[in-house]
Parts: sequence; structure tokens; C-alpha cells
Amino acid sequence: MPQYLLSVHMVEGEPSPPEDVVQDMYAAVDRFNAKVQEAGVWVFAGGLHPADTATVVDNTKGGDPIVTDGPFSEAKEQIGGFWIVEVADLDDALKWATEASAACQGKVEVRPFQSE
Amino acid sequence: MPETGDVERAFRRESGRAVASLVRFFGDIDLAEEAVQDAFVVALQTWPATGLPPSPAGWIITTARNRGLDRVRRESSRTGREAEAVRLQEARGTGPDPQDVGPVADDSLRLIFTCCHPALAPSAQVALTLRLVAGLQTPEIAKAFLVPEPTMAQRLVRAKHKIRAANIPYRVPRDAELPDRLPPVLAVVYLVFNEGYLPSSGDELVRAQLCAEAIRLARLLVELLPDEPEVHGLLALLLLVESRRAARADGAGRLVRLAEQDRSQWDASMIAEGQTLVRGCLRRNQPGPYQIQAAIAAVHSDAPTAADTDWSQIVALYDQLLALTPSPVVALNRAVAVAEVEGPAVALGLVDGLAGLDGYHLWHAVRGDLLERVGRPDDAAAAFAAALERTDNGAERDLLRARRSVL
Repeated sequence: MPQYLLSVHMVEGEPSPPEDVVQDMYAAVDRFNAKVQEAGVWVFAGGLHPADTATVVDNTKGGDPIVTDGPFSEAKEQIGGFWIVEVADLDDALKWATEASAACQGKVEVRPFQSE
Repeated sequence: MPETGDVERAFRRESGRAVASLVRFFGDIDLAEEAVQDAFVVALQTWPATGLPPSPAGWIITTARNRGLDRVRRESSRTGREAEAVRLQEARGTGPDPQDVGPVADDSLRLIFTCCHPALAPSAQVALTLRLVAGLQTPEIAKAFLVPEPTMAQRLVRAKHKIRAANIPYRVPRDAELPDRLPPVLAVVYLVFNEGYLPSSGDELVRAQLCAEAIRLARLLVELLPDEPEVHGLLALLLLVESRRAARADGAGRLVRLAEQDRSQWDASMIAEGQTLVRGCLRRNQPGPYQIQAAIAAVHSDAPTAADTDWSQIVALYDQLLALTPSPVVALNRAVAVAEVEGPAVALGLVDGLAGLDGYHLWHAVRGDLLERVGRPDDAAAAFAAALERTDNGAERDLLRARRSVL
């Protein structure tokens, strides 16, 4: 069946919500994750550390690879985490994304994987 | 024996249904389109000699299915999934039965809801529906939207690619989803009707097949969603407008304005059906844009002669419509009605005050009409000339030229 990447994007520099709201979000995401697994559509998921913990490796030109501190994109919008689900079609993926977006309080992008 | 033009028209009439059935069969829009295109080539070669088949739709579906299967076998670059699905169906002996088109299971409905999927941009939804369901060619769609042809072609390619890549399912939405999925579908059906009623270019006054297709789709939507008032409103509007088709052109194919139409040529049964629907909408009292436009059309249909038209009622309805959908075009149409109630000078003031309509030929045509009526023939002539520059439609141009020539 087709697989989709459901990625959450946060805007860097926006103030973090208060601690109790964050805890509610974690709980909501936990409940959502359980639902995804129970439905048998879970492939993989995870939350990412913020973009400033990232490192970019460029080995595209001959010679020494270039290692740079920081994320690939300079944009303020950065990926914060993602789910990979395997579902029948885009409508199902969008339904899961709708719940995911509410649970993690972020916009969720739904992107199809290329099939083998 | 049919000539090329007859073959094209007959084919165009049925190709939308054929594409819809074959999308279900092949699970691939491009393959379905290519297969129907292949069948068209065969039709052009054989129908002039053999005559039109008794069921063109059935012939097209059968021929296209076979051509499509040939393509799948030939092209090893097709993804394994499609080829497998096709082989499975071959083995089972299943496939689209040309006779098997029930009202709710209608493949055209599946196709239109897929084309109008929320994951597609609104401009893509409309373009795709016009292309696949209504069978319009890309240049015609580009003209209808006033965009260059390559832009429209790209839009269609991207939309079809997204349907395939993101796996937009080919089905009618479930009951709970339908109310949200409906508005773009209604907008598309409305646009299809408009394209058929007054083509954006060319000398054909009307394209009856497109209007019939739009009405057919509107009827199917009413069956599917009997509790949605706007669906009834849309069907009522289309019927009431379509009822005037015979009166809209004179014997020489020239456009006849509403005020001058021979109302005895209006289709009474369509009017009756449309007005029944409008009355039902009024009882429900959940007004919406299509219902109000239908009510306006019904007021016209009620008048035995142009002079009997209840223009005050029409102005009141336009007030309602403007409140719901404020747009300069609606305001322009309202001004035309105001001219009949408060005189052309007041209406001209309203029309001149509307911004953003300089590219719209009807704004100039309305100005021309009002300027003539307030006794400014030179300004009227200039306005009609401006209108002429802004439309390609042969019948409209003839009418504008005729109006200008009597000034």
C-alpha cells in the first residue's frame, strides 16, 4: 500500500507554549501514536531535536566533504518530527494528518513516498 | 454517412463518460485519456464508412478498453501495479459494462468528485473537470479562464500527476464527507454549463451537449444529495436558463437579447420544473447564491412578455445576492435591473462606479446600452467598440456590431 510522510513543521523563534500545554500535547501525541499503531498503519515516527542541533554534510563535489553546523534550510519553518504511515489512499492519510495536526498543534504536510 | 464533423461531435458527446468508466477500469487517468484518444482515431477512420454505431458510448468504451490494454502490454515502462490490475481484470472477465451505469454509481460522479478533490487547487479542480468530464480541449479551457494555453496545459499535467503520485482515490465521498466536498463540484458544473451556453470563443452560439451534460450532472447531484438546498438551486438555475435556448438565437443563428426573445419558444416543461424547484428552495428558507440566481431566473420566466417583468423583485433578489457574494459582476447585473426600475441614468452612475471590469466585455456592452438610452450615442458607440475588442464569440460580436451600427 502507499506510504506517506506526515511531517510537522514548527516556526523557529516562536515562543514555546506554557509547560502544562506542552505536557497536554505530549499526552495527545502519545494517544494518537497508540491509535496509529492499533490501526496497523504505523511504519515509523519520531520527534526531532530542534534545528540548531543539526549538521549538514556536502560530499557532492570531489575532494573533501564539507561539514557545516546547522540545518539545511535557512528558513524559519523547520521540521520538528514526523510519522510514516502506510494507508490505502490520500484520503486516509489526510484523516490521520488531521488528527496528528490537532494532537501536536502544528501544521502537518502529507507527502507521498515514491513506490518501488 | 457521417462526416468528420459529425464524428467529432458524437465522439465529444460521449467521451467524458467513456473516460470516466475507463479511469475506473485502468486506475490511471492518463491511460484512460490516451485509450479514448486512440479510439477516436479509429472512429474517424471507420464511422464515415460504417455510420455512427447504435451506442457510441458503448463502442468507445469497448474500443478504448482494448486499445488501452494494447498500450499496457506494449509499454513496459508502466508501473507493475497498473499492469497487474489490468491483468487481474482481464482474468476475471470484468470491466466497464457500457450498459451498466446506474445513477448513484455513475462513473462521471466518481470522476467529478475526484477532479474536485480538496487536495487539488481550485483552479486545477475546474480545469480537470472541464477536460476529463466535459471533454473540452486545453485551448478552450485556457480561453475560458483567460490564461495562456501552455499555462493551462501545465496546470492539467500537474493536477493529473498529483492524483497519481499522491493516490487520490477514485470514488464518491462517503456521506459524512459530502457536504464539504460539494461546493467545488457545484462551481464546476456551473462553469461547464456556462461554457456550453455561451462559448468563450468561436462561432457556435451554443454547445448543447455541454449544457445537457451539466444538467445531467446537476440531476445526479440532486439524487445524491436531496437535502442540500444549493444543489436544487443549481439545477433550477440551469433548467430555467436552458429553457430559453430555442429563443436565444434567431433563424440565422444571431443572438437575441432577453428583452427581444420570442417567449413562446421557451421550453414550458423546463420552466415548470425549474419553478417547482425554486418554490421548494423558498420553503426551505436556507438561501444561497445558486438558489437566488434561480429565483431571479424564475421571475423572468414568470413574465409572459418582457414588459411584464417584475424588475423590483429582481432588484431585491440582487440585493440579497450581493450581500452573499459581493462582486463587481453581480453589482453590474443588479445595475441592469436597476435601470428598469429607476431609469438608465441612475444605473449608468452605478456601472461607472464599478472597478476592475475594464477587461470584461459585458461591462462595456451594458455601458453602451445605458449610454444609448440616456442620449449619448457617440459614447455608446465607443463603449460597444470597446466591448467588441474584448470578446471572440462570433454571435456576441455580431450583436455588438448591430447595436453600434444603429447609433
